Amino acid sequence: MYRYDEFDHSFVQARVAQFRDQVDRRLAGEITEDQFRPLRLMNGVYLQLHAYMLRVAIPYGTLSSKQMRMLAHIARTYDKGYGHFTTRQNIQYNWPALSDMPAILADLASVEMHAIQTSGNCIRNVTADHFAGAAADEVADPRPYAEILRQWSSVHPEFSYLPRKFKIAVTGAERDRAAIQTHDIGLHLKKNEKGEFGFAVWVGGGQGRTPIIAKKIRDFLPEEHLLSYTTAIMRVYNLHGRRDNKYKARIKILVHETGTEEFARQVEAEWATLKDGALTLPEADIRAIEAYFAPPALVARPEGDESVKLARLDSRSFGEWLDQNVVTHKHPDYAAVTISLKGIGEVPGDASDAQMDAVADIAEAFGFGEIRVSHEQNLILPHVARADLKAVYDRLVEIGFATANSNLITDIIACPGLDYCALANARSISVAQDISLRFASLERQRDIGELKLKISGCINACGHHHVGHIGILGVEKKGAELYQVTLGGSGDENASIGEIIGRGFGPDEITDAIEKIVDTYLAHRRDPSEKFLDAYRRLGPAPFKEALYASEAKAA
Amino acid sequence: MKILTANRLTDGEAVWFGSDQHWHETIDYAEVARDKEAEERLERLGKEAFARNAVVDVDLIDVELLGGEIRPLRLRERIRAAGPTNRTDLGKQARPRPADEGFAAGI
Repeated sequence: MYRYDEFDHSFVQARVAQFRDQVDRRLAGEITEDQFRPLRLMNGVYLQLHAYMLRVAIPYGTLSSKQMRMLAHIARTYDKGYGHFTTRQNIQYNWPALSDMPAILADLASVEMHAIQTSGNCIRNVTADHFAGAAADEVADPRPYAEILRQWSSVHPEFSYLPRKFKIAVTGAERDRAAIQTHDIGLHLKKNEKGEFGFAVWVGGGQGRTPIIAKKIRDFLPEEHLLSYTTAIMRVYNLHGRRDNKYKARIKILVHETGTEEFARQVEAEWATLKDGALTLPEADIRAIEAYFAPPALVARPEGDESVKLARLDSRSFGEWLDQNVVTHKHPDYAAVTISLKGIGEVPGDASDAQMDAVADIAEAFGFGEIRVSHEQNLILPHVARADLKAVYDRLVEIGFATANSNLITDIIACPGLDYCALANARSISVAQDISLRFASLERQRDIGELKLKISGCINACGHHHVGHIGILGVEKKGAELYQVTLGGSGDENASIGEIIGRGFGPDEITDAIEKIVDTYLAHRRDPSEKFLDAYRRLGPAPFKEALYASEAKAA
Repeated sequence: MKILTANRLTDGEAVWFGSDQHWHETIDYAEVARDKEAEERLERLGKEAFARNAVVDVDLIDVELLGGEIRPLRLRERIRAAGPTNRTDLGKQARPRPADEGFAAGI
């Protein structure tokens, strides 16, 4: 894992001291809210419905056991005993007092963490494939490049006051698990025919009120040009991005209004002035950062096959969990484990302090002390010997984190919604809980197969509903909650934006509507191997509309 | 009918302005403005409290009286007044009523 160097330490400590002073002055009434608001946002502090909220950065979703224990400590000491893992691989605390923020940030700094740039119109936490470094299908670990981008973008003087927030994601595999096409910049790490590393560069993707799939403006950018080329994109955006209208200020609007070809031309022109200059990454520096991310020493554990086979015979539930939540690792004796934070009827992404501590212990005992947060709001143990899988499973059962539903209909992404969020128009969590309970049967879920259901409580789309196979968007209509359904969205390498299927549903109707959609799929699929998304793409919306609205059309 | 609400500066706690001229942690004590004049008075007091750094996010919200109890018209405000609907063990709904002394906002 990346370790802070002397510069990182002093930078983060200095920021804690600076913010402590700002909070003290605010509490003493020496600065106004209007003066303080941008300062607190730069440090991840929001004001929500019930209290302040602190968003802590988890760079590219990677955590050590020690860091996870600190997250548990903060939940226990300053909050109400839990935290919420988000769709940007971060964690949010829902109840901290403003007066406690400096102490929390000091605690975070002691384990090389912070909350810098988790808000504001700057380059946010860079996200990456949660299986990075472990995935059997990646060409290389994308996190070293995410770390290079993190260092470069932290308090970057030129890019700290962008027209709007800016999100970058990196993947190292063809199979896109980092949703790069829905980011402001998406980077796909690949190798060319000479065996050199470089990136396909995508720009102008995003969700929110104007969902747009990113456009590829370069098929192969040699790795040494990562920062110069990214700088060129940022400069074109910083100069031409709209500052007159918040809703048109993201780079996706600029790319769309300028045209991809012309936008790419402007980037290339800007890049011509930067290429091969001071921003060129020296080979030695890239390799030095890469060394931090070297996988742990994975000793041969060939007994895994036999022990997994025996344990599977012994326990059906273990077998189901293996099938659903365990994926292939680069090393044949190892596996990557998804720890579901989506227990049936639970709040997606929430974990208690005790659960966080337990995950830290399990990771330390069986996973080289390494944990990941996925943008799908689950935790990952990236390196577990197959021989230890049963022991890990048993420990997860003890803390209620062994739900075998990864990628199934109850593995729901949901934003905090109106239960916490000041921007929300409708609740998300309660809808997720109802749907989860309705589809509680694992047998039924497995029969339905892969189905990504995503819920947002407002058009800002933190719950990624636009790219859900089934997306649900909560709105407020005449003072009541109403849920719009979109179908056919996808956030992977074949990204697509879901289509609104028709009129929305009330809180008491939405779960029935989802069930009708699922039943329609089951009735129309060619065979169980045809997934929901594939069936929708083949069938189009007609049979789903018919199932949802035909009776009222007849009545009319 | 409207009432005055805000969040307390120090900890973000949702508070309502009471007829005793103090900010309270529960909605029950809120002063209800029944006419334009009363609304303007509350609005002015809210601005003053904000300027004095007692509270932030000051807002006048629409309410109705149901059986003598104040009920916000918007679900958002009802959730603010109670706590998360999925965690009834948290927030104001989990606290014993009505031990609320209010806190002096200097008014």
